[in-house]
Amino acid sequence: MTFRELVAQRTRPIVTAEFPSIAGGTLEKVKQEWDRLSSLVDAVNVTDNPAAHAYSSNVSVAIALQNLGADVIMQVVCRDKNRLAVQADIVGASMHGVSTICALTGDDVTAGDEPEARRVFDLDGPQLISVATGLSQGQFLSGRKVSDPKELLVGGVENPFAPPMQARIKRARMKVDAGAKFLQLQIGYQPELLEEFMAGIVANGTAKDAAIMPTVILTKAARALNFINDKVAGIHVPQIVIDRVANAEDQSEESYQLVRESAAHALSLPGVAGIHITDFRHDDAVARLVSDLQIGPFHQSLTKGIA
Amino acid sequence: MAGKLLPFVEHAIKKPIWDCQMCGQCVLHSTGMTCPMTCPKTLRNGPCGGVRENGNCEVIPEMQCVWVKANKRAATMLGLPKSWREEISHMRPPVNNALNGESSWINLANGKDRETPAGWIGVSHHSDEDHS
Repeated sequence: MTFRELVAQRTRPIVTAEFPSIAGGTLEKVKQEWDRLSSLVDAVNVTDNPAAHAYSSNVSVAIALQNLGADVIMQVVCRDKNRLAVQADIVGASMHGVSTICALTGDDVTAGDEPEARRVFDLDGPQLISVATGLSQGQFLSGRKVSDPKELLVGGVENPFAPPMQARIKRARMKVDAGAKFLQLQIGYQPELLEEFMAGIVANGTAKDAAIMPTVILTKAARALNFINDKVAGIHVPQIVIDRVANAEDQSEESYQLVRESAAHALSLPGVAGIHITDFRHDDAVARLVSDLQIGPFHQSLTKGIA
Repeated sequence: MAGKLLPFVEHAIKKPIWDCQMCGQCVLHSTGMTCPMTCPKTLRNGPCGGVRENGNCEVIPEMQCVWVKANKRAATMLGLPKSWREEISHMRPPVNNALNGESSWINLANGKDRETPAGWIGVSHHSDEDHS
């Protein structure tokens, strides 16, 4: 099934993964990374200058992956480009078959390695979702027609782990009202906050109208959790979680178990349609996770096997 | 005459109170009387994902997030009409940069602050109530 079909039908837990950032080189690198993931996930997110660091552009990598047969979710952030540029990127990528867009506000320039860069934010996340929906319906923001418009699948993100909770529940609703059909959530280490957020968006209908996908991040050691806690905006890792990994005999295994538990917990919550995976381990952990939890394409192959 | 004088008067009043940035399309009433243009990312539709655990800004760690403050005020500020409190969760359109520096009072009076591009669709509906 395609990601688009899964988002609409939600017949089994969906798995998406963040595609590794590509910093130049050739398309061979894209192929190598895709070969590792292709059988394990339903779709991959191509990032747009993640954490405010410049990389090979979202459009270039999305097209390369599309040509390799991947189901691509092209992330578009508001930080680096104005409304003209993001519309051009979305319409341009759609000519190559890239028709799934995930709209984000984006980390601030100060999070990156060129903090002196001019920040743009001509649109914000909810506005970008609305503009992408307009492009899908055949018009630029100006009202001018898009030639032979492609039907886009538009999604967004939300962070259940950063305050203010009630405003974020309403903001998730706003994004879905603006046309988002899926929301990928920020990584978090406080399951009680995810529970509160999910309960809120189930109550206001957001989780019915869009596929909600919490994120887990595969790490190998307590050092990585400390880094996330210190350096990544909007993510707090409680000390008790860091200690659990730090005090374990096998930090790598304990890190995996932590992620497996949080993914299983997230999938058990009403309204959750799947899981988004960010992999900082670069080993076989993605394969292990989807196999352990029987989610994504693995789930499909299991069912086929039984039938 | 008013076209030149009013922006000056408006700025003189609104700068000290709200740190007014003279965007020319004031939405203070719908954002808990907290100016979204003072957000480092100038976000008009709610907080970004970078808000710190203590409610402070990703970019300026010693400053409370503009949207954390806006939501608190929209809920608790005395004298705000109910419709203004609810409007905080409505979608605000992209900023019209052509109005930058103009008086929002004049643009309110002549409706320029509510004009949106022809292709702006905003949201399918405003949801103040449950969808369940």
